[in-house]
Amino acid sequence: MANSENARTSSAGFLKNLVRNQCFIPIAALLLLAVFNLIADPSFFRITLGYNSAGNPVLSGFIIDIINNGSELAILAIGMTLVTAASGGQDISVGAAIAIAGSVILRVLCGGNARPETLQAPIIVAFLVACVVAMLFGAFNGILVAYFKIQPMIATLILYTAGRSIAAWINNNELPVISDPKFAYFGGFIPGIPIPTPCFIAVACMIVIGIVLKMTNLRLYTQAVGINQSSSKLNGLNPELIKVLAFVILGLCVAVAGLIKVSRVSSINYSVIAKDIEMDAILAVALGGNALSGGKFNMTASIIGAFVIQCLTTTLYKFGVSSTALPAYKAVVVILLVVVSAPTVREYLNKITQKMKLSKEVA
Amino acid sequence: MEGNVVLKMRNIHKIFPGVHALQGVDFTLRKGEIHALMGENGAGKSTLIKVLTGVYGKEDGEIFLDGTEGAVAIHSPQDAQNMGISTVYQEITLCPNLTVAENMFIARTKGAVQNWKKMNADTDRILESLQIPARASQQLGTCSLAVQQMIAIARAVDMECKVLILDEPTSSLDEQEVEKLFKLMRDLRAKGVGIIFVTHFLEQVYEVCDRITVMRDGKLVGEYEIEKLPRVQLVSKMLGKEVDDLSDIKSEVKTFDAGKDAVPVLEAEGLVSNAGIKPFDFHINKGEVNGFTGLLGSGRSECVRAIFGADRVTGGKVRMGGRDVKIAKPLDAMKNGIAYLPEDRKVDGIVGDLSVRDNIILAQQVLKGFFKPFSRAEANKVADEYIKLLNIKTASKDTPIKSLSGGNQQKVILARWLFTHPEYLILDEPTRGIDVGTKVDIQKLVLKLASEGMSVTFISSELDEMLRTCSRLIVMRDRKAVGELTGDDLNQGTVMSTIAGGDK
Amino acid sequence: MKRKMAVLLTGAMVMATLAGCGGGEAAPAAETAAPAADEAPAAEEAPAEEAPAAEEAPEEAEAEAPAASGELITVGIINNDPSESGYRTANDADLKAAFTEENGYSASFAYGNPAVGNANEDQVKAAQQFIQDGVDYLLLSAADTAGWDTVLQDAQAAGVEVILFDRTIDADESLYAASIVSDMDKEGETAVNWLADQGLETYNIIHLQGQMGSAAQQGRTKALDEKVAAEANWNMVEQQTASWNAENAQQIVQSVISSGKEFNVIYAENDDMAKGAVAALDAANISHGVGKDVIVMGFDCNKWALEELLAGNWNYDGQCNPFQSSYIDDVIKTLESGGTPAEKVIIMEEKGFDAETITQEDVDTYGI
Repeated sequence: MANSENARTSSAGFLKNLVRNQCFIPIAALLLLAVFNLIADPSFFRITLGYNSAGNPVLSGFIIDIINNGSELAILAIGMTLVTAASGGQDISVGAAIAIAGSVILRVLCGGNARPETLQAPIIVAFLVACVVAMLFGAFNGILVAYFKIQPMIATLILYTAGRSIAAWINNNELPVISDPKFAYFGGFIPGIPIPTPCFIAVACMIVIGIVLKMTNLRLYTQAVGINQSSSKLNGLNPELIKVLAFVILGLCVAVAGLIKVSRVSSINYSVIAKDIEMDAILAVALGGNALSGGKFNMTASIIGAFVIQCLTTTLYKFGVSSTALPAYKAVVVILLVVVSAPTVREYLNKITQKMKLSKEVA
Repeated sequence: MEGNVVLKMRNIHKIFPGVHALQGVDFTLRKGEIHALMGENGAGKSTLIKVLTGVYGKEDGEIFLDGTEGAVAIHSPQDAQNMGISTVYQEITLCPNLTVAENMFIARTKGAVQNWKKMNADTDRILESLQIPARASQQLGTCSLAVQQMIAIARAVDMECKVLILDEPTSSLDEQEVEKLFKLMRDLRAKGVGIIFVTHFLEQVYEVCDRITVMRDGKLVGEYEIEKLPRVQLVSKMLGKEVDDLSDIKSEVKTFDAGKDAVPVLEAEGLVSNAGIKPFDFHINKGEVNGFTGLLGSGRSECVRAIFGADRVTGGKVRMGGRDVKIAKPLDAMKNGIAYLPEDRKVDGIVGDLSVRDNIILAQQVLKGFFKPFSRAEANKVADEYIKLLNIKTASKDTPIKSLSGGNQQKVILARWLFTHPEYLILDEPTRGIDVGTKVDIQKLVLKLASEGMSVTFISSELDEMLRTCSRLIVMRDRKAVGELTGDDLNQGTVMSTIAGGDK
Repeated sequence: MKRKMAVLLTGAMVMATLAGCGGGEAAPAAETAAPAADEAPAAEEAPAEEAPAAEEAPEEAEAEAPAASGELITVGIINNDPSESGYRTANDADLKAAFTEENGYSASFAYGNPAVGNANEDQVKAAQQFIQDGVDYLLLSAADTAGWDTVLQDAQAAGVEVILFDRTIDADESLYAASIVSDMDKEGETAVNWLADQGLETYNIIHLQGQMGSAAQQGRTKALDEKVAAEANWNMVEQQTASWNAENAQQIVQSVISSGKEFNVIYAENDDMAKGAVAALDAANISHGVGKDVIVMGFDCNKWALEELLAGNWNYDGQCNPFQSSYIDDVIKTLESGGTPAEKVIIMEEKGFDAETITQEDVDTYGI
């Protein structure tokens, strides 16, 4: 008797902890989508091993599609989480910055010729140049936010509006096309490996950020600055520098995402590449239960949030819902999130659970 | 109402949840006088002003106004204004992007039509009559702060006010601007306006006021004519200590032996920051406890902030252990073994959402460096150690610090700085707003640390605490270090007379 | 380096001055025309008869002005953001190459960019500026079809001839001199007819649409929708907008492949989306191109797309002719010599390329 009682309380405690965990909401959303797909069409979970046109083994299926196509978003969510935590605002220029980074990669690879026979520079060099450029633009945003005290959304609005034109200007308005199949590896498959390369890149980014958070004080510093800037300053931190650092890290994420994006089609279209991805990245952070006003953050939850969004997108594609309607569905998600996390609703839910407890005790 | 009384408040009570903020306060203002309302933090002077201007309701008491039969009911600031009670706040609440005339007449005209020409002419006339150096068509933002302040007053006066409340009007003005403002106040006094002047600058009170009402802990201490209340008496009434009952505490004072074995830890010369203090000299020896004392706003916090590099240091030299050091930012101070527990715990101290553990390790972690984080195990060990050492009451070390009580939050911040093992510890109001038990704990701790060789600077609004812990006091008045007291001078009488300055 | 900069700068300044002169001297011509137009409504007795006369007046005035002085013809060109697409880039380059001083033109350019502001509003503002500056001709490719009546009336009143290119607008025909457009419906029809000629047993089509509501999307979708509705062996496996975006197209086709649906035609409304679709096909080892499992169709004739055709990886590419400058030039020459264009709406010739018949010469000539 006593044992069963114990078991019940401990399981209740476990449930309570689970619900309290920040990863609960995004995981619950992911499960919800999974269950929906399972009921509607179990083939959603089918993964098949086939061969692509080059004769290399590749995995395919909706799950693979989600992991593959969600890679860029997951990478961006990492940087966006840090920026949100440190500055209490969001960077809305990441889409435009991806256009710039992608354009830089193509420019270096093509060397000014829109349709080169061979690559004019090693891919790694092109990527590194793009990293530097994207980090510089990140630093630009960060300096506006940290030193000039401009609202992050307003500060990044500058690059948001100008970015795609800058991207076009980098390549003289040309639309370069890379014919070297090696370049397509980053957005496609490496011969002999059946898992899409973007997955590896995303996982690598997650591991790197995991190590950085473990081996450095990035988490503590960022959170301290985001929660109480004045106090952080009196504890010897340099809040401005930490904010800029967050934006620079986001810049690095942008460069990686840009590489995947241009590699997917070996080309670029300045006006549509990574369009509206900033909103998805912000949504991923919000879905992860992170306060958009900054402070404490949970990186894992943000990354799961990114895959929730991709899962939603893929599900809607699968059911042939017009992709113009996608934003509407995302809006529904946002509304639900905002409502659920609103203090008044929380209070109400707390009251209900307390009442239930009371009635239980009475019984 | 009798004689020339313009405002009379009788037996005012105001109760906030848990605090009896006003306990039967009386206040009387006469025509053509400047009446200072004085009191330290929490005395209740701003509550009294807010009751008078209708911001707060009152639980009990009556307010009488000249020209009105019986007690008046003031339910809103609008009511107060209509009855001729105007307030000018420290921050200017006018619109800088409108013209002077527009500001004068904003929200005062009835109906939609505005005669601009007349409005400008009227404004110029008022400005001239009060000798305010501004033009009606000038944009307000282009005037100096003092002139803006005067225009705010002119606006209040033009609304035919009988009672003018000036709430800390001089704190952002320089000396010349203060002079101009005083001239205006005297002119208004001559015109028969009753002025209530709230300030913490003693000199200004004695320069311009006719009468003083002193409050303390929500109660009226008394109303005095200025000539009959020497400064030292005023200070003693504000602090609630009689000048005469002095030396009983003195015996407790542990005099620090400044003899041959005194090793200076920190010496500052002509130190000055951008926070508006005058350059000051300072030094502290190994194992010494000293303190900055003075009234609220006298600049005592600003001095220690300058030492710690919390404000931007604009001049002066600092030597530590005999060699010159440059402290431009808090990290420099920390690297030199200085720790600083700030005055405002909520704003400058705690990092609210972070756990008790993270709050404890924060400063030492910053010192250790970005690439060398404490492991979870190390951090837990440290947290446990200090929670036990300082007897911090918290559910766990993972609890966010914001859910702790004020005293325990303060202990966490203290733990944070003790963990950096400082040579020199600055405690700015460590006992404010915390329970008595914790206060005593902290005082004991300070003495214990000093006996172990740490140098401590201690600041408190409560003179008792200072006298009990410090062996040397630097006295601040009006943002200037005006004296240094040691040994036999460390008694309430001397301290208060030094704070008061002028006559003894 | 510095010297070079200086030379360049001086050059630029000289050019600017020249352009300024051209604009300045053309202005009086426009001004003399303006009163004539103003008088028209003033003549109360027979406004109907007077009006056409007034309309002719500016034409004459302008026809004389440049001829008499040998001055450049000033044109204000309002286009969309060149980085919008390869089509627009080619279009802009073509205009810039054609309206040069050597060819007797002084051209100013303005662009509406949806990424920066409201494209149409910016274009309207630019048009008003050009009219104020007194250009001879206003060449317009409007971002939106609506909202142009007032501006065009102003232009008419100021004696500025308006020539529309690439995109039509909702305005009375009398407000512009000519409209040079692609017939998107016809582009669709040409493509669908070509597809019908392939004689497949069944047509299982993935239809990748452009930005919904754009003229190109509507025209290219219409013909296919009609054909699918009419023929029993034409099936729409998936019809989805990828908003001109290669990556969206890739995701959509991936999704169709993952769900295991059969298809043998990709009908993509631009080359980018066809490219994205092909990337998805390659990943799933579905062969495409001439004589292969899936027929790939694109539009716009990007050079790289035509190269894919030449290599046999794609099957069809429909042209959307961006080279309007020669047509515009013809219209202006006609107007300058006092004539009127034979047709108000001039539809450009547009081809559809078949992978089996395309040549390198075609790629070089028509690739953009």
